[in-house]
Amino acid sequence: MFTESTRRILLGATILAGLAGTAGATTYMRGNDGNPETLDQHKTSTVAEANILRDLYEGLVVYDRAGHVIPGVATEWTISEDGTVYTFTLRDDAKWSNGDPVTAGDFVYSLRRIMTPETGAKYANILYPIKNAEAVNKGELPPEEMGVAALDDRTLEITLAAPTPYFLELLTHQTGLPVHPASVQAHGSDFVQPENMVSNGAYTLKSNTLNDRIVLAKNPEFHDAANVAIDEVHFLPFEDRATCVRGWEAGEVHSCSDLPAEDIERLRAEHGDAVHVVPYLGTYYYALNHEDEFLSDPDVRRALSMAIDREFLAEEIFQGTMAPAISFVPPGIGNYDGSPEVDYFSMSMLDREDMAAEILAAKGVTPETPHTLELMYNTSENHKNAATAIADMWSNLGVNVEFNVRDASAHYAHLRDRGDFDVARAGWIGDYSDPQNFLFMVESDNDGFNYARYDNPDYDALMDRAAVTTDLAERAALLNQAEAIFMRDLPFIPLLYYTSRSLVSPNLSGWEDNIQNVHPTRFLSLSE
Amino acid sequence: MLIYALRRLLGAIPTLFIIVTAAFFMMRLAPGGPFDQERTLEATVMANLNATFGLDKPLWQQYAIYLGNLFQGDMGPSFIYRDKRVHEILAEGLPVSVQLGASALLLAFVLGTALGTVAALRQNSRVDYAVIAVATFGITVPNFVVAPVLSLVFAVMLGWLPAQGWGDWRQMILPVIALALPQVAVIARLIRGAMIEALRSDHVRTARAYGLPARMVVAKHALRAAILPAISYLGPAAAALLTGSIVVEQVFNLPGIGRYFVQGALNRDYTLVMGTVVIVAVFVVVFNLLVDLAYALLDPRVRYD
Repeated sequence: MFTESTRRILLGATILAGLAGTAGATTYMRGNDGNPETLDQHKTSTVAEANILRDLYEGLVVYDRAGHVIPGVATEWTISEDGTVYTFTLRDDAKWSNGDPVTAGDFVYSLRRIMTPETGAKYANILYPIKNAEAVNKGELPPEEMGVAALDDRTLEITLAAPTPYFLELLTHQTGLPVHPASVQAHGSDFVQPENMVSNGAYTLKSNTLNDRIVLAKNPEFHDAANVAIDEVHFLPFEDRATCVRGWEAGEVHSCSDLPAEDIERLRAEHGDAVHVVPYLGTYYYALNHEDEFLSDPDVRRALSMAIDREFLAEEIFQGTMAPAISFVPPGIGNYDGSPEVDYFSMSMLDREDMAAEILAAKGVTPETPHTLELMYNTSENHKNAATAIADMWSNLGVNVEFNVRDASAHYAHLRDRGDFDVARAGWIGDYSDPQNFLFMVESDNDGFNYARYDNPDYDALMDRAAVTTDLAERAALLNQAEAIFMRDLPFIPLLYYTSRSLVSPNLSGWEDNIQNVHPTRFLSLSE
Repeated sequence: MLIYALRRLLGAIPTLFIIVTAAFFMMRLAPGGPFDQERTLEATVMANLNATFGLDKPLWQQYAIYLGNLFQGDMGPSFIYRDKRVHEILAEGLPVSVQLGASALLLAFVLGTALGTVAALRQNSRVDYAVIAVATFGITVPNFVVAPVLSLVFAVMLGWLPAQGWGDWRQMILPVIALALPQVAVIARLIRGAMIEALRSDHVRTARAYGLPARMVVAKHALRAAILPAISYLGPAAAALLTGSIVVEQVFNLPGIGRYFVQGALNRDYTLVMGTVVIVAVFVVVFNLLVDLAYALLDPRVRYD
């Protein structure tokens, strides 16, 4: 019996080896962050999924290689004067991979499906700006009540609850991608299986093996298929970044979607331009509990922020893979003219430390009469090193730090359940390129993200005004004022901006760095 | 012996039931749930997800539903990998882990036995010291050092073998070596010790006195006794090796099931953790039984009637 199973295993291995051998010259071996949890665009939530879904499907609007929003299935659109009604004209050559035309009705079906509570969509809230969407998702209204309508096969009308200047940006998120209604009706949640999936993007799904690879093949029905150079993409999930680097150096992988910080220096020295470290749409921060007696004092919060040497964190702890943060909204974001300046960031680190010590001394906190804070972070070598360094910087002011470490699930559950804490680590990666997507976190009614329990009516009022302002310059000014209040009150202490890190083979062309870190395969090409 | 085996297998059912029950409730004691992550979910979304997965029901009901499904061979939907059910995930990964584990086991057994025997026959010689040195090295240097170094040397520097991935037999070589190395070390030491003892035993002396050729004395009489400790070690070791290794799978990016033990627990993927627990429990039970049966075949003093 043992020999029989061994024989079968060997046979299986031979077949697999044969399959691997058939890969042609234009097969792109693409390292990805990890396994997608799902290929259902309505259940999706991770970046790894976004990378794959972007190749499989085409939304109303898409990102080009530089991360700019360009027409996708929609060739043009008009926006009503009050900014709440979007009318999209769909291209007449858009087709599903089975030859069906892509219609406005498909988008109506898809947007209703994501809001239906039974779908269990993790990111349904991204599309809440659509009229009645939230009520549908709560089960209070039937899906038909949502503000989406097909005026005819080529015309789609989306009505919003309030003007949302970043709405087109929202539609680039993978949640806005259409599903093929007939396939969903026929196969239910199994429409994502390779044998069932019908997609409308540059690629179709060929196979999907957990932890091994997801194979995409060029879709001949795609309207721009003539300009798609790469025939097949193999998305390889790398949980261990160092493994991807070794695979890349051995010539087995064309690009890696993340790099180990400790290896960046060597990689730069050996491979130069192949290493891409690019600003990313994210901020690493510490939330301060505003209900804590000690931390409720704005001067104390200011002193704590002032005393943190962010250059040291970025260069020494994170080896240059993070950038020092002097604002909460990361630079380079869309619909913004830059963040307000904070006075102490222009001072030298020594002066800042002295000033912070003076502020706390005035409150009776000195190294001789210290105050103790609890710092909570989720398990990770980097978070630990950063927390240790910051505890050291604060100890000079007379603030002692006790650590409370949990794994990520327990850490975030504690924050969500409003468990007690003083200081807690968290990070935020923007879902879309707009400052609202950062500043909304500490609105007083934001139960999910306002870990600080920050409650400032002035701040809320500015955010509310920005939400109904359609003039982008005026809106940017309002958001800038809101961020100035944020930086004064410090519900969160911004520490670092995230960067995206990639390793790109010289054979792969068309890769353009951008803040969203999006690189659709249809715009890339591969040479030997 | 068949009756004995059947009795043992039937006896395993209550054991498995207790393991499943304990694992189910212990998993739920851990704070946080499968949907707690860096990106906190909207309250409405969270409620919808909990309803979709039945997490809004009382715990005893969830337990009853899980057991009911399990008896029908359905391990439920994965909470994280939402396109697949747990038994599908395990069915995809288990053949990979078994292939790697079985190859490593075979390599370790053959190589370990050979090295141990040679060392015992040349006790206190240079050969013996060399084997002990290799064995000590194999035990002390952990997998997370050996595996990346193998990949670095043989794939990146020399370019002889692939650095990562799955599908080609060449991609199996380095992971199998990394998996087998510590086992070779343990088996070589066990065999060496038992062999030295066996060579001094009465029945071997008698065999020698009869004038049997030395090769036959060692291979047929001494090794048969010396291999027993290694066999008892191999039972649990096989259960561990065949269910995959998180380190080796991550370093070589292999689609086995070893990583689900840790990943599943960290993600609070309740059903996936349960699935891995069931698999390991079954493997341990089966391999312990196989070891006992092997004893009956190899050791004339052991009989199950």
